[in-house]
Amino acid sequence: MYAQMIKTVSSGVKSRDEMSDEERAFQDKIDRDIKIEPRDWMPEDYRKTLIRQIGQHAHSEVVGQLPEGNWITRAPTLERKAILLAKVQDEAGHGLYLYSSAETLGITRDEMIELLHEGRMKYSSIFNYPTLNWADIGAVGWLVDGAAIINQVALQRTSYGPYSRAMIRICKEESFHARQGYHAIMKMAFGTPEQKRQAQDAVNRLWFPALMMFGPSDAESVHSEQSMAWKIKVKSNDELRRQFVDQTVPQIEYLGLDLPDPEIKWNEERGHYDFSDPDWKEFFDVIKGNGPCNVDRMKNRKEAWEDGAWVRDGLLAHARKRAAAKVAAE
Amino acid sequence: MADVDKNNLLQFLLRMGDNTLILGHRVSEWCGHSPVLEEDIALANTALDMIGQTQMWLGYAAEVQGEGKTADDLAFLRDAWDFRNVLLVELPNGDFGQTLMRQFLYDAWSSIMLGRLVKSSDPRVAEIAAKASKEVAYHVERSADTVVGLGDGTEESHRRMQAALDYLYPYVGEMFESDEIDRAMAEAGIAPDPASLREEYDALVARVLDEATLTVPEGKYVHKGGRNGYMHTEHLGHLLCEMQWLQRAYPGCEW
Repeated sequence: MYAQMIKTVSSGVKSRDEMSDEERAFQDKIDRDIKIEPRDWMPEDYRKTLIRQIGQHAHSEVVGQLPEGNWITRAPTLERKAILLAKVQDEAGHGLYLYSSAETLGITRDEMIELLHEGRMKYSSIFNYPTLNWADIGAVGWLVDGAAIINQVALQRTSYGPYSRAMIRICKEESFHARQGYHAIMKMAFGTPEQKRQAQDAVNRLWFPALMMFGPSDAESVHSEQSMAWKIKVKSNDELRRQFVDQTVPQIEYLGLDLPDPEIKWNEERGHYDFSDPDWKEFFDVIKGNGPCNVDRMKNRKEAWEDGAWVRDGLLAHARKRAAAKVAAE
Repeated sequence: MADVDKNNLLQFLLRMGDNTLILGHRVSEWCGHSPVLEEDIALANTALDMIGQTQMWLGYAAEVQGEGKTADDLAFLRDAWDFRNVLLVELPNGDFGQTLMRQFLYDAWSSIMLGRLVKSSDPRVAEIAAKASKEVAYHVERSADTVVGLGDGTEESHRRMQAALDYLYPYVGEMFESDEIDRAMAEAGIAPDPASLREEYDALVARVLDEATLTVPEGKYVHKGGRNGYMHTEHLGHLLCEMQWLQRAYPGCEW
């Protein structure tokens, strides 16, 4: 998922009477679940909000390579190394579909990357947390991709055609990642006492950051209403978070690990688990750039981009020479 | 298994599998740091193929060894002196140009070698080569294209690619060294004598480097000592420290 705190560009939801004819026709399409396609008319605010959302999602896939890449060279078996490489390759591929999808809205990938590097676009807060032991890699697949899937399954129904289609494709791969992640942490939880300790440590550290992935509570979540009306956002943050907790708690219990939050209890009346809120102050600190890895992640990405400039320039220069030679030959 | 001294076959398989293991590891170090997203995908994909090939080569090596070990035991529990990869693949990544030049110089050899191994008298070797050669055909196409693109790109990219070639070329010769193990493999029809691949290799490399407007260095000196384990570079030990750390720190676990 990886799109959180998307500030909707909007001056508030308009009633049908306030809408222009174009806006009304557009809203009618959305209400009838007809996808909006790149060449269709769309309100400027819808376009801008989607660029923010899809762009943030794409950036998250790309930055998300770093905490996982942190363990590729230390993966404990050839099979685990292969699985992790395949996963990271998938994530980079997701970044590619999502950038392409955002490009249909009239912005280039390079422009989005520049906005990211200038701090004017964000990526999911989760990738500002470190991966400290091998069980973290299992936990990232299981909890982080698991949380992402919950949001992305909902977003398969999103109103913008290219985004919706990207989500459908991405969901298939993410489900696979979540299963592989769970399998990896099972090996740890059912392994030696030292392995189990690593698994517990990973769950303890990543639980609340995973809950934060759904964004602030609905009460705090400004501008959601317009995104819901446009079907850019399909379910509320709290609804998705609850679904995640309900799905994940039995999985933690199956692993024989302690629950990372003493307040987690089944609530018979509501038919859901009760649980503690994450520390929202910490969440806003991370969003503002004060998470444990924000500075390093951005430094790494900027260096990769700057150090690679000569490669991009070189390949482009060669392609131009080749095209010119072809024209000359014709 | 073909009728051949078991230890010679084992050494041959280790040479194949250690090359792919160590180079696959090096390439995987790029994850998330490459110049453009398409290259992140391509590098991860290349590394993944090489780790897959390692599983096959070292898996067979462990069977031939017959001590009940696995491919993982061979990868994660041998020390540097028991590794049989050529020095070229253990050299550091350097910049993206050096990484892709190293890849091309290796892929060119690997594509020719695997092309011969598909006809190996050892059916397992032939089977592994058949699978790996499809992947390597794509690798060499891509690394050659990138070498051409960057060699014949801007002044800076040309300069960097020439510097990469100058640094790496003295390590090329080791891939064509022959010893008694190679002679035994050749006699049994399991693998060609590496020296016999040189002409085809030189022709392929010359064609690509010519298109890339790069010049093969004149020096004839050859660094060697990896494929017979006599003397690796200082780089291998550090690579193994990282790669083998979990297995060494928590021995006997299932992962």
